[in-house]
Amino acid sequence: MRKSTMIVTLVVVLLFIASWIFKTMTAPEVDSTFDALTQGFLVTFAAFLTLAIMSFLYQDNPFYKFAEHLYVGVSAAYAMTLGFWSTLVGNLFPRVSETLCGWFQVEFSGQHDWQFLIPPILGILLLMRLSPKGGWISRWALAFIVGTTAGLNLPRFLRSDFIEQISGTFLPLLVDWEGFGHFFSNLSLSASGQFVAILSNFVIVSGVICGLIYFFFSKEHKGAFGSASRYGIWILMITFGASFGYTVMGRISLLVGRLTFLMDDWLGIISG
Amino acid sequence: MRMKLFLFVLLALFMTAVVVAQEDTEIDSVVTVSPPAPVANLVGVDTPNDNGHSISLSWELSPDDATLGGTVTKYVIMRSESADGPFIVRDTVAAGMTKKADNGVKEIEAEDYFARNTDFYYKLVALAGDLKSESEVFGPVRGVGQWFNTGKWSVVAAVGLFTLVTLFFIRRAKSGAKLYIRPLAGIDAVDEAIGRATEMGKPILYVLGLGTASDIATIASFTILSRVAKKVAEYQTSILVPCYDPIVMTIAQETVKTSYYDAGRPDAYNEDDVFFVTNQQFAYVGAVNGLMIREKPATNFYLGKFYAESLIMAETGSASGAIQIAGTDEVTQIPFFVVACDYTLIGEELYAASAYLGREPVLLGTLKGQDYGKAMVIASILIGIGAALVGWTGYVDLFYVGP
Repeated sequence: MRKSTMIVTLVVVLLFIASWIFKTMTAPEVDSTFDALTQGFLVTFAAFLTLAIMSFLYQDNPFYKFAEHLYVGVSAAYAMTLGFWSTLVGNLFPRVSETLCGWFQVEFSGQHDWQFLIPPILGILLLMRLSPKGGWISRWALAFIVGTTAGLNLPRFLRSDFIEQISGTFLPLLVDWEGFGHFFSNLSLSASGQFVAILSNFVIVSGVICGLIYFFFSKEHKGAFGSASRYGIWILMITFGASFGYTVMGRISLLVGRLTFLMDDWLGIISG
Repeated sequence: MRMKLFLFVLLALFMTAVVVAQEDTEIDSVVTVSPPAPVANLVGVDTPNDNGHSISLSWELSPDDATLGGTVTKYVIMRSESADGPFIVRDTVAAGMTKKADNGVKEIEAEDYFARNTDFYYKLVALAGDLKSESEVFGPVRGVGQWFNTGKWSVVAAVGLFTLVTLFFIRRAKSGAKLYIRPLAGIDAVDEAIGRATEMGKPILYVLGLGTASDIATIASFTILSRVAKKVAEYQTSILVPCYDPIVMTIAQETVKTSYYDAGRPDAYNEDDVFFVTNQQFAYVGAVNGLMIREKPATNFYLGKFYAESLIMAETGSASGAIQIAGTDEVTQIPFFVVACDYTLIGEELYAASAYLGREPVLLGTLKGQDYGKAMVIASILIGIGAALVGWTGYVDLFYVGP
């Protein structure tokens, strides 16, 4: 280990201990010293992990590696434990075995639903991958999973992403003419004035058609076809830009949440 | 004396008038507190095109319904397994409504369980403040599950039409017809990116995203992974595939293994190159970022289903100097890939990529079929706009998909 790394590690450890002591001494409304120590440790450790993850913005370092490995390990173990207790113990055993329910102290549903044995059988087939000679058996389970899920998704996607999108584009591009005054009477984008409505419908219809033309792969994008395609990609890019800005705003709120934790819960320099 | 008699008679008449008036008032108040008229013709039928856990009820409004100027403000739907009761409350509907489906769930242990193939009896209680009146009991009626949902015939028609067009072009492609497909920059760059990694002696990172094996984007990504892994095996470089989902990992292992076999390099296949990380979103991102910084892959592929992690990974990859090719059908994540990656496959370009890379007749025919499908969509929209203009509702109804 390099000398500079050792010094930084020592400083971080000292700061961690100092923070722990400080947060223990200032812990509000605790019943015992142990509770105060625990509360002080948890807040300090959470702040340390937050800063360790954020240190990646500078470069890869041992603190980031520690936080990363801890996060991955804990999350994977948690997911496995949750899967066992909620899926197997919570959902499967009550439907198939009174004995297993007794072992795990969960309530038996009252009747055996043997169809629920199919998923564990598929799971066992998947685990056959671990067998050097029986590995091919796992392909049956994979084929079943991919085939059924793709088949189940097909009508859902056709409905929501295809047919309903088509019918949603059946929009009027003409209005009942009642004079210029009425046509331009309400120009607010949130209002339903005739001009705004027609303009909005035109953008939707032309955007959908030209967007589809952009995704034509079997024809060269030249001439009028190319112009329509370019208009389509412009529409897409404007949509992406709006989506980008909207999502970034959401990410900023996440950052604000972590900074608030550091400033308020840990350092106590702002009031929450 | 006469005067007294006169006053007595007058008092008697007055008292009589008061008593009569009180009786009239009592009669009036009895009229006011009488219960409202019940609903008539309550009918229940099995809800069509469902799994059998529902009964559709309809009735004629009470003459005292609030919407008709009366006092009934709501109706309570009650159900029993016997005509004699006991009845339980299933739902409440506002005045003015004349139909409602009594829906339940299929899980036996659930509180709202609705048994199918079981006789039920219904009655409706009209409520007017504290007063109520009950309809006649209707029943028995039972919920029965249907094999086919006739409300979704338009989906079947779309599948059939699209299948026919696709099969036609697959036959054409197989018969040797030359099918033109325009070049796509992102796909042309795949071979170049693999070559770059080979020249630099660095691995290729292939991220399948956060999707499950049932997501179309993930399935499309498997086919691209197959082509990339085959090239990797031919060029004798290495590939790293960190996975988010255990099932996806299993399929990815099979895919890469098969590609190595196809390339005639089964000995070079290392099962540990395709590995499970965790199925917690940001822990997965942290691990992949660490991998990028430590292994320094020359090429990063992000193809599949992505969510909030897209920019974090793409930005780290960009900072590490890798050439990056991304593709997803998640509209909200495409912008992040566009700004941080060298090439981005937008939506359907991801689905088309496998056909581009393979040039196999089946995939090319499918791609052509998709294009003609799009042409039909455009035609349908234009006709639909015309139909909306002239008020041809029959055409618009063709695209209705039932629940």
